[in-house]
Amino acid sequence: MNEHNPALRHDPELAHVLPLRTYLGVFALLLVLTGVTTGIAYIDLGVLNTPIALSIASVKALSVILVFMHVKFSGKLVWLFVIGGFAWLLILFSFSLSDYYTRSVISGWGG
Amino acid sequence: MQPETAAQHDPTLAHHFESHRQQHEASLVGMWAFLAQEVMFFGGMFLAYTVYRHLHPEAFVVGSLTLDPVYGTINTAVLIVSSLTMALAVRSAQLGRGKQAALWIGGTALAAGIFLVIKGVEYSHKYHDGLIPNFAWHPSETSAPSLEIFYSFYFVLTGTHALHMIVGVALMAVVAIRALRGRYGPSNYIGVEVLGLYWHFVDLVWIFLFPLFYLLGRHLG
Repeated sequence: MNEHNPALRHDPELAHVLPLRTYLGVFALLLVLTGVTTGIAYIDLGVLNTPIALSIASVKALSVILVFMHVKFSGKLVWLFVIGGFAWLLILFSFSLSDYYTRSVISGWGG
Repeated sequence: MQPETAAQHDPTLAHHFESHRQQHEASLVGMWAFLAQEVMFFGGMFLAYTVYRHLHPEAFVVGSLTLDPVYGTINTAVLIVSSLTMALAVRSAQLGRGKQAALWIGGTALAAGIFLVIKGVEYSHKYHDGLIPNFAWHPSETSAPSLEIFYSFYFVLTGTHALHMIVGVALMAVVAIRALRGRYGPSNYIGVEVLGLYWHFVDLVWIFLFPLFYLLGRHLG
């Protein structure tokens, strides 16, 4: 395809070219989930509204990360950095919220 | 991946790398280290949002009901379209089609512009409604105590997100020009890939901002 391009001679296997339908599939999934999360938001599910909205957002985020950002097809070092970033986020949230969400139980602070 | 002599030096491979794969992986890991930092940067703001929403639940519900879900939903769709066009730009670069990559990047920038214009219209509505803390704050009778806290989070988070988009559009101009000049090929498309990673990250942030601001109180409205 590109015989005048010197890059191809050296490592033709570098680019993992995904078929168009994969990208279009993820695109359609993202649009459908946006519609679903907007629709569900108008239904009163009590305390469940926010957890459901965040679950749908997480599915959307995961499909963007794995396919659009090619993490599914990336090496172990990339996986380490991706998981590292989100693992630290989890630590930030779990430690901080275990404090704030239990203060009212313990001392009545912040009711 | 045979070692090269100076005579057959490949201009697309920097001297300090042994192979295109090594060169590609180095930039990729570097970009992900930056994005891990971005996760922590936005993570701190999302944590503050969570804590203050826990302390002032009624203000966040009222605040969310004063935002227009139509603008929010349209902007979510616009950003998803921009992520698709950016993914296709990277794919074109992988296939060595520089002009096509530049066109897809142009499409992405156009979608980014539409998003920012809609965001600007929303901000101007908030100005006229007196809902900008410390700047134009004179809310109407629908106001709740602590509503100012909700709007502080709204402007800081969506503002930081919009700032990231503006930076992204500037980077798009640079990468699109390089793509038009034939600087990318199947073994050296990392510039487009890294731009794509940045842009998809901006989309990721919005995926969470949208329900947390526009949708949270809808079922009570």
